[in-house]
Amino acid sequence: MEISYFAIIIGAIFVNNVVFAQFLGICPFLGVSSKVDTSLGMGAAVTFVMALTSLVAWPIQTYILNGFNIQYMQTIVFILVIASLVQMVEIVLKKVSPSLYQALGIFLPLITTNCAVLGVAISMIQKEFDLWQSFAFSVSTALGFALALVIFAGIRERLELDGVPKAFKGVPIALVTAALLAMAFMGFTGLV
Amino acid sequence: MNKLQLIWKGIIKENPVFVLVLGMCPTLGTTTSAINGLGMGAATMAVLIMSNLVVSLIKNFIPDKVRIPAFIVVIASFVTMIQLLMQAYMPPLYEALGLFIPLIVVNCIILGRAEAFASKNGPIDSMLDGLGIGLGFTFALTLIGAIREILGGGAVFGIDLGITNYMPLVFVLAPGGFIVLGYLMALFNKYLKK
Repeated sequence: MEISYFAIIIGAIFVNNVVFAQFLGICPFLGVSSKVDTSLGMGAAVTFVMALTSLVAWPIQTYILNGFNIQYMQTIVFILVIASLVQMVEIVLKKVSPSLYQALGIFLPLITTNCAVLGVAISMIQKEFDLWQSFAFSVSTALGFALALVIFAGIRERLELDGVPKAFKGVPIALVTAALLAMAFMGFTGLV
Repeated sequence: MNKLQLIWKGIIKENPVFVLVLGMCPTLGTTTSAINGLGMGAATMAVLIMSNLVVSLIKNFIPDKVRIPAFIVVIASFVTMIQLLMQAYMPPLYEALGLFIPLIVVNCIILGRAEAFASKNGPIDSMLDGLGIGLGFTFALTLIGAIREILGGGAVFGIDLGITNYMPLVFVLAPGGFIVLGYLMALFNKYLKK
């Protein structure tokens, strides 16, 4: 594949933003994004796990699943890889860097069910990236996720103070806000 | 609780999308048309019913500590089956739903029901619960898909309503999904939630 790293990175962060263009990771997007601080924590945790996932999932796909011609096992293998990776990261962090563990702590278990992680792992295989392209793709997708989360959290902090109609309180108004943000992100279409 | 109530509560009172706000990714990502929404809903329902059944059958053999990984493996196996079946018999739908079929594994509705209902109830009740929640999910996805297809493309279930040229395409694109779901949820809040 002759795609430059620049195109992969800009494409994944802005043009095909994981939340606003691909609809992945909406649950943490709506659930965690009520404060800027927690959004940053979640963003960092997701970036960390996604980067690791790409480095582990790519060799597994190339050398084991393709090697033995059992590609249909992809879904099962990847979800197990992600689940055990998250678990491992949690254990290692607890031992090696308690302060980082404190900071990311509560977000780590949530990541297993973040569909953006599995989504990225599958789509980097579908796009036939090599290892480092996959790595760049995963990290920049995660950065796109963090960006979306932080922007949205900033808006939601203001939204709390506004008089929203009762029926729209909570998730509905958040979705309408997300729609406006998604429109803004459509402005990047065609950039890469 | 009688059997019919068990199914009915999943459709309206505990509608997974509008009330419980679960499974947002496929809800937004696959509802570009009514038929895609219906297909995604049906696929999820099939996985939900089967995984609820199996989880409720094996619940007594699984140690509590490895419960969640075991559930995930059960779910992932059924998702793989559905994936292969769709690829073989419904290639156009398979193409349209793309990435979201393997992502049924991480749909929180399925793991949620396995944990909250199937691991505590008998096989028949668990299947009915899966059917109810699955129908509620399918109903929500088809409704959103139909609205987006009408507003964005002037058609429903692929039938042209003859107003194609006047419709804003944005409803089929990403922002439309957020807007339609947001307004539907507000409607649900206003009229059905006391």
